Amino acid sequence: MRRLVVLVPTLVIVSVLIFSLQKLLPGDAATALAGEEGDTAAVAAIRAKYHLDRPVTVQYAIWVGKIVRGDFGDSLRSRIPVADLIVSKLPVTVELATCSMLIALALGVPAGVLSATRQGRPLDVAANFVALSGLSVPHFWLGIMLILLFAVQLGWLPASGYVPPWDDWRRNLTTILLPSIVLGTGVAGVMMRHARSAMLQTLGADYVRTARAKSVPERLVVLKHALRNALIPVITLGAIEFGRLLSGAVLTEQIFAIPGFGKLLVDGVFNRDYAVVQAVVLVSALCYLLLNLLADILYFVADPRLRGSS
Amino acid sequence: MIVTRILTALLASVLLATAPASAETVLRIGLNDDPDALDPTISRAYVGRLVFAALCDKLFDVTPDLKIVPQLATSYEWSADNRSVVLKLRPAVKFHDGEPFDAEAVRFNIDRHLTTAGSFRKSEIGEIKSVDVVNDLTVRLNLSQPLVPLLAALTDRAGMMVSPKAARELGDKFGTRPVCAGPFRFVERVAQGKIVLQRFADYWDKANVHVDRVEFVPITDSTARLASLRSGDLQMIERVSPTDLAQIRADSRLKIFGVPELGFQVIRLNVANGPKSKALADVRVRQAIDLAIDRAALVKAVFNDEYIAGNQFVSPSSAYYNKKFPVRPRDVARAKQLLREAGQPNPSFTLILPPERDRQEAAQVIQAMLAEAGITMTLQSQENVTMLEAGKRGDFEAYFTFWSGRPDPDGNIFTHYACKGAQNDSHYCNAEFDALVTKARQVADTAQRKQLYDKATELLLRDVPALHLWHRRVFTGLSARVEGFTPHPDGIIRVKGLRF
Repeated sequence: MRRLVVLVPTLVIVSVLIFSLQKLLPGDAATALAGEEGDTAAVAAIRAKYHLDRPVTVQYAIWVGKIVRGDFGDSLRSRIPVADLIVSKLPVTVELATCSMLIALALGVPAGVLSATRQGRPLDVAANFVALSGLSVPHFWLGIMLILLFAVQLGWLPASGYVPPWDDWRRNLTTILLPSIVLGTGVAGVMMRHARSAMLQTLGADYVRTARAKSVPERLVVLKHALRNALIPVITLGAIEFGRLLSGAVLTEQIFAIPGFGKLLVDGVFNRDYAVVQAVVLVSALCYLLLNLLADILYFVADPRLRGSS
Repeated sequence: MIVTRILTALLASVLLATAPASAETVLRIGLNDDPDALDPTISRAYVGRLVFAALCDKLFDVTPDLKIVPQLATSYEWSADNRSVVLKLRPAVKFHDGEPFDAEAVRFNIDRHLTTAGSFRKSEIGEIKSVDVVNDLTVRLNLSQPLVPLLAALTDRAGMMVSPKAARELGDKFGTRPVCAGPFRFVERVAQGKIVLQRFADYWDKANVHVDRVEFVPITDSTARLASLRSGDLQMIERVSPTDLAQIRADSRLKIFGVPELGFQVIRLNVANGPKSKALADVRVRQAIDLAIDRAALVKAVFNDEYIAGNQFVSPSSAYYNKKFPVRPRDVARAKQLLREAGQPNPSFTLILPPERDRQEAAQVIQAMLAEAGITMTLQSQENVTMLEAGKRGDFEAYFTFWSGRPDPDGNIFTHYACKGAQNDSHYCNAEFDALVTKARQVADTAQRKQLYDKATELLLRDVPALHLWHRRVFTGLSARVEGFTPHPDGIIRVKGLRF
């Protein structure tokens, strides 16, 4: 409960920060909209219409007043209500983030466990090499390579675009697969490294030695005694990475033409589309905070000792 | 084992799903960017015009050789003093909501362009003083002063007609659900995802519409866009990058078309806009810079000769190009001499430019060329909007921009170099030049206009308020299955007439 209360001031601080930082950028939505072909009269009219000619504090007050009433305003560029934009993009981003996370977990955690139990052996070296590659390969490069292989050469999957699951779930899977692999493998590398080091630590702990001394089968020692304890740092990392994925994966979205949060945000910044940027950052911040809360709850599930201490 | 089976089954069903579901013909066009509001009155971005071409018919259209031809208007007639023009309208035309297109609708649309807050059309047709409805299918546009380029403006967004009923109902949300009179009607828009249009059954020229559905898909990354074309996800892509041409030409399943653009790539020099104009205030220094640049070599080195070297406000292929002053060879000796005469043998200035490949690479080549004439040009990268703001404020010595171009030459020159021109960030002001370009707005005779523009070009080449450097070729890439495509110099894809 206490954590939920902290959410509110945090969000207020985030909103002030994003509002003031944005205003530091030279130029505003009106000039961005006019582009190379600036038209002074039209620019002035747009400024007046969206209160861009008022002092920043007044602009902030107007914006907060609207947010409190549940009105995020309209995109200055496309005139689409920002609330609609967020509602249409959030499921896309959540789906992409979830699929990527599942891939990351499915690859990263078992690889980390395996390589910890076979420390220094060829499998460990190989897993480390793969994890490092996953971390180092740039997303845009991997994305383009996957498109060239699976879409252009083999023709198995579409190269770009997104179909919502409620329109056609199978096409949805084809469109989300490649971007999820690109994002997931990157996160899997980090997961693997963390899971490995946490496992190495717990495998060297006294209670593991005791368990082994009591002839507990090795499988149980690893999966029940060691892994469960090693999960805490993995959960923390998972929450952070998931939050990062939710705030948008710009390059990946760009390459696969996935209409998610990241692209919305970046385009918003370039177009000085304040209403969009503010709302997206606010919603992303909220997601991030909620995920941290979720991670705290998961700690309790994974580690019974924490239940007593709180 | 079970997991493997599940995965295999899932993959199999997923792969099966990629087969097309119906016989409906869908044309998917890759755009370089997501369009802004789909409302002809407030739209500004170039990319939006590609969508409008399928969605909203205009009073007139232009042919590939820039002749004005009828679309929703069937003919026009100027009054003797060129202060009014009578338009005859096409009968039996319907908007997508079933409302009739008539003279009242034209009046409504012109008024809407002129009175909507934030209208970008007002400056294009602001000279229209009033619109008389002569009868159901005839209107007269009365102008505050003669303005022949008005008709060219009516071939673009200012000439697009939207349903008055829908415009009244939707107000400033019109752009989210546009209702026009074009060959396709609006179905849905997923911001940054796609814009879907469906063939309009009651279109006045439906015999020439051969696809059922058009989807516009914005993909900003050019490599990804090309990959989507090659994989068959897209059937057309616009503004193909010159670096991608080789791949398209090598692929027998694809075709490429290129035409010189209407606009130009230009370095604006600060002639008299605030204190920063000091560096380049002397015309001899500006002339020296001009002479030190080898445009042909620049285009060859940076663009592999796919673009066209230029030195005027229209491309060398335009009827309004002044052939007496072709792109000059470089003359470093003469440049140095001019600098000596100006008493500035080693001038220096800063060029602001956005972080975009074409302009960055060209600027580096130009920098090296100028250095050979003793001129130091410092490059300063600024994000595009920041640069344009600096341009308006006069906070620049030179900046690197472009103009997308207009079918009528007036749109390429008046606003840029007339004393009060909206784009004239250089604050170049020459009374003789102003008189010429103002006169050219008032005469309908092409030969006479050409003479006026020839003279104006001569003045620009002498005074050098800007360096016109090259004209891009607008490349459109398409699947070999798509037939009936005619490239237009405005780069706009006309979906009407296309077939598989």
